[in-house]
Amino acid sequence: MITVENLTKRYAAKMAIESVSFQVEKGEILGFLGPNGAGKTTTMRIIAGFMPASDGTVRVDGFDVFENPLDVRRRIGYLPENPPLYLEMTVAGYLRFVAKIKGVPKEKIDLEIKRVMERVSITDVADRIIAKLSKGYKQRVGLGQALIGDPPVLILDEPTIGLDPKQIHEVRELIKDLAGNHTVVLSTHILPEVEQTCNRVVIIDRGKIVAIDTPQNLRFQLQGAERVFMEIQGPAPEITSKLKAMPGVIDVHTLGSNDGRHRFQVDGELKKDIRSDLARTVVQNGWGLYELQSVTMSLEDIFLKLTTAEERE
Amino acid sequence: MRNILAIVERELRAYFTSPIAYVVLTIFVFLSGLFFRSILAQVLQMGLMSQLQAQQLGPRAMDMPGMITRGFLSTMSVILLFVMPMLTMGLFSEEKKRGTIELLLTSPVTDLQVVLGKFFAAVAFFVILLLTTWIPTGFLYWYSSPASGPILTAYLGLLLYGLALMAIGLFISTLTENQIIAAVVSFGIVMVLWLVDVFANSVDSSNGKAVLTYLSVLNHLDDFMKGVLSTSHIIFYLSLMLIALFLTYRSIDSLRWRG
Ligand SMILES: Nc1ncnc2c1ncn2[C@@H]1O[C@H](COP(=O)(O)OP(=O)(O)O)[C@@H](O)[C@H]1O
Ligand SMILES: [Mg+2]
Repeated sequence: MITVENLTKRYAAKMAIESVSFQVEKGEILGFLGPNGAGKTTTMRIIAGFMPASDGTVRVDGFDVFENPLDVRRRIGYLPENPPLYLEMTVAGYLRFVAKIKGVPKEKIDLEIKRVMERVSITDVADRIIAKLSKGYKQRVGLGQALIGDPPVLILDEPTIGLDPKQIHEVRELIKDLAGNHTVVLSTHILPEVEQTCNRVVIIDRGKIVAIDTPQNLRFQLQGAERVFMEIQGPAPEITSKLKAMPGVIDVHTLGSNDGRHRFQVDGELKKDIRSDLARTVVQNGWGLYELQSVTMSLEDIFLKLTTAEERE
Repeated sequence: MRNILAIVERELRAYFTSPIAYVVLTIFVFLSGLFFRSILAQVLQMGLMSQLQAQQLGPRAMDMPGMITRGFLSTMSVILLFVMPMLTMGLFSEEKKRGTIELLLTSPVTDLQVVLGKFFAAVAFFVILLLTTWIPTGFLYWYSSPASGPILTAYLGLLLYGLALMAIGLFISTLTENQIIAAVVSFGIVMVLWLVDVFANSVDSSNGKAVLTYLSVLNHLDDFMKGVLSTSHIIFYLSLMLIALFLTYRSIDSLRWRG
């Protein structure tokens, strides 16, 4: 549904994003994860057609953002980082204006406003002035704005920022609800957000993509005590197969060897501490155990690691 | 067209939900009433004087209603000079400050439609202001029969003059996020365009003089006020407007690039 290829954006002196490429399938929720200044907003603004890229292409539903901007914009509902609200308007008046400029047919506007207000639970404030609403309501009005006209693609830039936990939960549920019929790209610098809402995650840092994977995979690969590093002396193939056969062990990778000692990475089932079992197996088989270390890194740590790796180089 | 109308409508509503519209309207109507009264008094005085003279020198024709409207509408042109920056100052600067520009520029609306929508909204408000001057002008029609020709051309002149100056204000408002700065800068530019012919006196070359005099926005109004329609003045205002609108359009484009 969305194809981003080699997207590059240079501001006057600064490279905001560099050769960013990824795809979003129809019905998918893609999380765009990165610390502040990573280039999330820049990427989303380019996809939404707010600004042109310095290089590279974006296609939405087959249309190029640069060559067919209006075709692309008709298919996108975009919630900018700061919800674009006309504070002096009423909620309903604002949504009516949005419906008009989004080309919703005149006779359908009333129905569409009603539908959207119900969808984001703002019907009760329909006639209130936006300036007087709470942060949570404002954010939902912004989200409602993106839903007007029921565009197939939603680009949401930090949709839960500044909300309280209850509101965050509501917005996430709403986004999950929207998936399926909609293709959603949402950005966040908060990790649990992607874990809870997204099918796939693009991790971006200082303008470059660092990783693309499912949150399950990222979590599974990276999280908690379930991953163990071992250094064992003995026959590598036999060690691998015996460890793999143990209950609770999902996968074993060889990371390299040195002087007949092999380093392994053992992934265990979540929430099971397999370290003592591993040690017993090694000893029972008469191999030499040189190191056994649980990787107590949460995804959050790894995320930090992923994004600071370059700095250390 | 529907997009443009939607923007015009929203902008007009915005004028009337903010205090600006009422402040501008009140001040304008008050000032125009005040000036009308003093011009009326002046012209009546002159009328008396000429009656006294007529007793000695024989009767002379004097178009008093014409003098009143001309004096009044010329004064309006100066007041409008101060008012117009207020109408255009927020049109883009507020959108930039609030981030709503991102909504406009990612909607299926062309940049030209956005620019025209904003511009027409300011023009519509300007026309409302002009219409309020019909209150005093209406009195003239009630009590006398002024020649309608010069009045119509005067209004046409004011309209064209407004189109040009508001297009400039619109352009300035794309350059900043601060509407006060937008107003002050627009006002400054308008003042310069008003007073360039003063500088003309201090320029030696006759070409330079001609150019500076030509650029003076108020000079081009004189003929309209006298009831003379001249293409060159119409072209002057329209080209000023088109240049400013084009600059506005380009400025939006570069705003996209700069983000
Ligand atoms: N309009 C701009 N002009 C210059 N630099 C900018 C502009 N917008 C963003 N940047 C820079 O580009 C980088 C990426 O910013 P952004 O896309 O906003 O990141 P994120 O949304 O991930 O926080 C940052 O270093 C930021 O300072
Ligand atoms: Mg951002």
